[in-house]
Amino acid sequence: MLSASDLRKGLKVEIDGEPWLITDFDFCKPGKGTALYRCKMKNMITGNTMDRTYRSGEKFEKPDLGERDMYYSYPEGDFFVFSDAETYEEMRVSKEVLGKNAYFMIEDSLCTILLFNGLALEVTLPIFIEKEITATEPGARGDTATNVTKPAMLDNGYEIQVPIFINTGDIIKIDTRTGEYSERVKKV
Amino acid sequence: MLGHLQNIKARLRKRAGLISVIRAYFDERDFIETETPIVIKAPAPEEYIEGIPVENGFLRTSPELQMKEMLCVGYEKIYQIGACFRKNEFGARHCPEFTMLEWYEAKIDYLQLLEFTAGLLRFAAQKIIGSLQVEYQGQAIDLALEPQIITVRDAYKKYAGVDVAQISTEEKFDEIMTSRVEPCLGIGKMTFLIDYPANRAALARLKPDAPKLAERWELYLAGMEIANAYGELTDPVEQRKRFEKAQAARTENNFVPYPFPDDFFRALESGMQECSGCALGIDRLAMIFTDSADISEVRVVK
Repeated sequence: MLSASDLRKGLKVEIDGEPWLITDFDFCKPGKGTALYRCKMKNMITGNTMDRTYRSGEKFEKPDLGERDMYYSYPEGDFFVFSDAETYEEMRVSKEVLGKNAYFMIEDSLCTILLFNGLALEVTLPIFIEKEITATEPGARGDTATNVTKPAMLDNGYEIQVPIFINTGDIIKIDTRTGEYSERVKKV
Repeated sequence: MLGHLQNIKARLRKRAGLISVIRAYFDERDFIETETPIVIKAPAPEEYIEGIPVENGFLRTSPELQMKEMLCVGYEKIYQIGACFRKNEFGARHCPEFTMLEWYEAKIDYLQLLEFTAGLLRFAAQKIIGSLQVEYQGQAIDLALEPQIITVRDAYKKYAGVDVAQISTEEKFDEIMTSRVEPCLGIGKMTFLIDYPANRAALARLKPDAPKLAERWELYLAGMEIANAYGELTDPVEQRKRFEKAQAARTENNFVPYPFPDDFFRALESGMQECSGCALGIDRLAMIFTDSADISEVRVVK
């Protein structure tokens, strides 16, 4: 059980059966008066946000959050199937939960899945993954500047900005935290 | 922590200067600086302030009762600057360990104390920033101007459109206070919010000609509460009633029980001279004079 005086930025609480993350927090109290805890919060399932003010003495459930290390196995329709690193037990995670990460799934990569009452909320991938560029306009000859970028395409249709010297068939490293180009791994 | 200390060096220098000019103001006016105990057996029971228990008692939430014992034996002008502790008060303007300036003067009423306090702020500003024009978070405050003095009743009507007599609970009173009234106080000049409803009197005496109101005021600058003052209650019977009521409310709030402050009552029953007293948050005033948005910018303890 958590109480209003535990509220802080970054704390996760359960409200009406759903987990909420406190994204902003302010403590207000007239010297001799009652404390008010003003929170901005984000629903960890739907992403909805709300402003709520709580008073001293109000109680909250601690959300039952857990993490599980799982290997990504294979896609299945709009789902992605993972298997437990130790028990090989399988779990299906929807495309919506993965968001942009759905473009960066590499077979047998070890991921961390954040769970709420057994439901997947968020999948964290390895920070760097490697992907092949399947289409990009050729850069101008001799242009090796790294601060000029152009659009390029991955095999799954993800569009990414890459330096001008990258060619179709090159393998690049992508930072999954930002979805951006990191470096070239292999030249055609 | 070390980076934080490095970053606030200029602010801490100004804060130290502030404390030193406050001492000068009181010393020049013949006040005696006091140091009452920090660990006390029985804090004043207050409905919404929670003390921190330690071995042999509590860390003081305020030096009030011990300073009043001094008033009861005839000290007439006393002040103190020191740490006070209030459990679970964390925020941009709150720290569970903070520094309080508290003073009492016999034979003056709460409105004379108001003038004295305005004088203290002007004196400090002139010495610390070399001007009575203070810039705080983009707002200009002119301390040279005649302060705004507004009653709680008028402030609720003017800033929240609410008749304070119609507010049913203390929670509602506080909610309107923090969300709608306070942000409008101390804008451009000092505001003294005066004459609190009797149920918010705490240790203030009631106005003899209007017993539904208490001789209490608070000073605001830029929407921030800076000081709280009373025409002090000297009647031990009335005081006992209020403490018993506060004790009951504390039990209801599941606050830690305090022993009854018997030493204070023994002193009060022997007779306390008529006096007025004020508690002022040094950290908050330092925030104003150093243009700091967060209390951690003016304290070593983060």
